[in-house]
Amino acid sequence: MKILYFAHFREKANIAEEDVDLPEGVADVTGLLNWLESRGEGYADAFADRDHIRVAVNQEHVEFDAAVKNGDEVAFFPPMTGG
Amino acid sequence: MTIKVQTENFDAGAEIAEISAKSTNIGGVCSFVGLVRDSDDNKSITAMTLEHYPGMTEKQLAKIEAEARARWPLDDSLIIHRYGRLEPGDQIVLVVTASAHRKAAFEACEFLIDWLKTKAPFWKSEETPDGTKWVDAKAADDAAADKWEE
Repeated sequence: MKILYFAHFREKANIAEEDVDLPEGVADVTGLLNWLESRGEGYADAFADRDHIRVAVNQEHVEFDAAVKNGDEVAFFPPMTGG
Repeated sequence: MTIKVQTENFDAGAEIAEISAKSTNIGGVCSFVGLVRDSDDNKSITAMTLEHYPGMTEKQLAKIEAEARARWPLDDSLIIHRYGRLEPGDQIVLVVTASAHRKAAFEACEFLIDWLKTKAPFWKSEETPDGTKWVDAKAADDAAADKWEE
């Protein structure tokens, strides 16, 4: 799975993108967030405030109960502020 | 229908002229240009940097544009959105809509800028005298986008 981090998520996790193998049992966005948080302080800090996390799977905006699997492109970012 | 996501500046007059010349059915062209301000909530801004999600950005803008075309009879439309570091006075975004009549052009233009602000994956960070900070989403922008929900 390819994971992309944007804006303050990239800064706090200190990574822009990475390829990971999903551990067994991680099947949705919430599960992925829980696993990522366990990988280090930066990730835990980045994902502490879940109300302000937006997520896209394969470039489509989804909710936290959306399924994820190896091969997906998952992106984490804050609410959008374009225009 | 054109979507451009770029670092380069744009010439709104030239873009409007090009769209206006496309069809003699066009009776009205509406445009919106978004600029970098030098302050927000009384704090001064020396520059801002726009980041986006290449790939998803273009897809989302195409969806928003398709939605506008489904709602209004448009002859043409254009969205140009810049990214990278910009300074006060710099142009950020251009939306142009063309239709036989003004009402569709006005409404579609407002709809496009309202929706792209909250639905296209761009993020701004502002440089201020106190440091650099990511811009929080504004409730007013969400409300502006929501008013177009059916």
